[in-house]
Amino acid sequence: MNATPASLAFFARHELRLAWRDFFAMMTGGRRARLIGFVAGGALIYGLLTAIAWAVAAPWVEQGVFADRQTLVLVSGMGLLFWTVTLSQALESVTRVYYARSDLDLILSSPTSSRQVFAVRAGAVVVTTAALGALLVSPLVVVLAFLDGPHWLAAFLVLAALAALSVAIAMAITLALFRLVGPRRTRFIAQIVAALVGAGFVIGIQAAAILAYGDYSRLALFQSADILAAAPPAESLLWLPARAAMGDVGAAMLLLVAALAVLGGTIAVTAPSYGRLASSAAGLSHVRRQRRPSRLAFRAASQRQVLRRKEWRLLQRDPWLLSQTLMQMLYLVPPALLLWINYGDGEGAYIVVVPVLAMAAGQLAGGLAWLAISGEDAHDLVATAPLTPATILRAKVEAVLAVIAVVLAPLLLLMAVSSWRMALVTALCAGLSAASATAIQLWFRVVARRAMFRRRQVASRAATLCEAFASITWAATGALLAAGSPIAILPAVVAIGVVALARLIAPRPARK
Amino acid sequence: MTVPALALSGLVKSFDRPVVKGVDLTIEAGEFYALLGPNGAGKTTILRMVAGLLEPDAGEISVFGIDARRDPVAAKRVMAWVSDEPMVYDRLTPLEYLDFVAGLWQMDPARARRAAHELVDWLGLAPHANELCGGFSKGMLQKVALAGALVHDPRLIILDEPLTGLDAGSARQVKTVLLDKVRDGVTVIMTTHILEVAERMAERIGVISEGRLIAQGTLAELRARIGRETTLEEIFLDLTQGSRAA
Repeated sequence: MNATPASLAFFARHELRLAWRDFFAMMTGGRRARLIGFVAGGALIYGLLTAIAWAVAAPWVEQGVFADRQTLVLVSGMGLLFWTVTLSQALESVTRVYYARSDLDLILSSPTSSRQVFAVRAGAVVVTTAALGALLVSPLVVVLAFLDGPHWLAAFLVLAALAALSVAIAMAITLALFRLVGPRRTRFIAQIVAALVGAGFVIGIQAAAILAYGDYSRLALFQSADILAAAPPAESLLWLPARAAMGDVGAAMLLLVAALAVLGGTIAVTAPSYGRLASSAAGLSHVRRQRRPSRLAFRAASQRQVLRRKEWRLLQRDPWLLSQTLMQMLYLVPPALLLWINYGDGEGAYIVVVPVLAMAAGQLAGGLAWLAISGEDAHDLVATAPLTPATILRAKVEAVLAVIAVVLAPLLLLMAVSSWRMALVTALCAGLSAASATAIQLWFRVVARRAMFRRRQVASRAATLCEAFASITWAATGALLAAGSPIAILPAVVAIGVVALARLIAPRPARK
Repeated sequence: MTVPALALSGLVKSFDRPVVKGVDLTIEAGEFYALLGPNGAGKTTILRMVAGLLEPDAGEISVFGIDARRDPVAAKRVMAWVSDEPMVYDRLTPLEYLDFVAGLWQMDPARARRAAHELVDWLGLAPHANELCGGFSKGMLQKVALAGALVHDPRLIILDEPLTGLDAGSARQVKTVLLDKVRDGVTVIMTTHILEVAERMAERIGVISEGRLIAQGTLAELRARIGRETTLEEIFLDLTQGSRAA
């Protein structure tokens, strides 16, 4: 059935079609055959998550699930952690509604209501946020529903409520930022806020657990005697979301209705200004600012130095890299804290610190390497310059590894004061992790615009998986080396195997 | 005998189908050569092979006597490439971009600085020299790309549709710059769909159709070939339609 032109249904259908084609293109990379692999791989991972959920939930259900204060604190805490991640994702998606739509010019110049467009796009953000959340928690919810009863399915209603509330808050924050700092800085600050909200709370809880209890687990805080003593009684309304998540259908419905009301109200308040704000955001591409000329301009330098300098300059000015890197850096805070509080207390803490740093180095290197190696905006210029492809790649790899070295150096120095051996182990494993991620990005390189950065992980899932496995196995090597275990050789061999496998399955460079 | 700026011999390239089918072409130093052809005729593929952006399946490319397939770095040292889509870094200023290009071509820093500032002035980019290119119009980006191509004093400039999307003023500026360069002895090879530009600027014109060089010469020679005193547009249509019919 055809929807009335320019109606809510018309825009909803338009959005749905675009979203579906976008998703399909991302998943298949233009080849339908890849869909089978994606579905098979997805099913495998889902099965694995379900097995883990079963292992966790079965003993709990066997003991009997009661909504006592201890359980309510734990469920609320974990729910709050999950919600901050949802909020972070919603904030980024809402920012994109204003900034990153190529069809805004067409729609805003048409005789249609920008309020309707906004309402549909806000709705789309709610649906995607809820869907992603549902996908993540569904193994646990489904297992609980199977073991303890279908009332657990009410958790999905809570999830939808959290998504609606997250999007409402994200819209309010974005509107406030537009008013307070203007369209130019809104995107930048929203990214930082999203990163801080997403990782900050998780890390804050972890930091509190480390500082108070010397334990790396977030659960330690939620199960501590101090928190339990300070928590209100089990009958308190504060526990309504936790009760809803634990299968209280009435509470879940109440929560959902309230969240949808908040969302509707926020859309009503925010939508009228959408056209104006989106236009001002779109107009930014025509706004130009003077920059102070660099003191280093037109100085004698080798071709590799010139390339490295260019990479560093572009990385420094990349608008989307900031939130990603900030997130990576925030995850370094807990190990740093652990290091600090365990300073001089033996080498036990390093079993945690070394792998975290190795993992972070690998992940950061993967992102930076993609930007430097694949995300070359002036590919023709560099390819027609009088230097060999090997020189270009070498300079880019050097640029990436130098950034990693600069980020890790302060932490390594701090470690070296406490234990030079552990600093050496960290440097070795973080270096190998970063080198592996960089090599994988090198072998799977494509010609792409830097703006495609957010899609790098779906562009080649093989590269992403290899990169992640290599980082994990180098991290495991680091942990075992820190523990002084000779079996550290095992994950190291696996890591080398993963890198070798990546080399083997990497597409051969297409003949130009 | 002088060494030609560009000599192509038996150049062949296929993707999923043959695109360039054995092109022989010689362009003398200091010549302004326009390469014309319908969409998909193979013009850009030929020029990308010359610039080192594509590897030919067969054939030889000689740039000022340098075998470009055997020693691409030496050939690139004397060449510059400007594509129809200006590939410029959004987050560099024009001066930073030119500094980068000068570094890649290993120019003397003092000479590079002087040339960069001259070009920025010459192309009317001076007020924007320290602004990020991300906010520039297509015309301004094309000028930045052109400045990048000229800053290292190439002996051969290859341009693929350099006037696409430019306003009249910018197009005039680009044409003036190119003619000045030819007067200074630089060789310019350009593809264009604007036949008046080729008619007015080029000393010789080559017509590509379905991967083959079907005609080349001065405008007078091309007129003589079809036997009519007419415009380049008429000649072009006559040659390309005739070639397709054959």
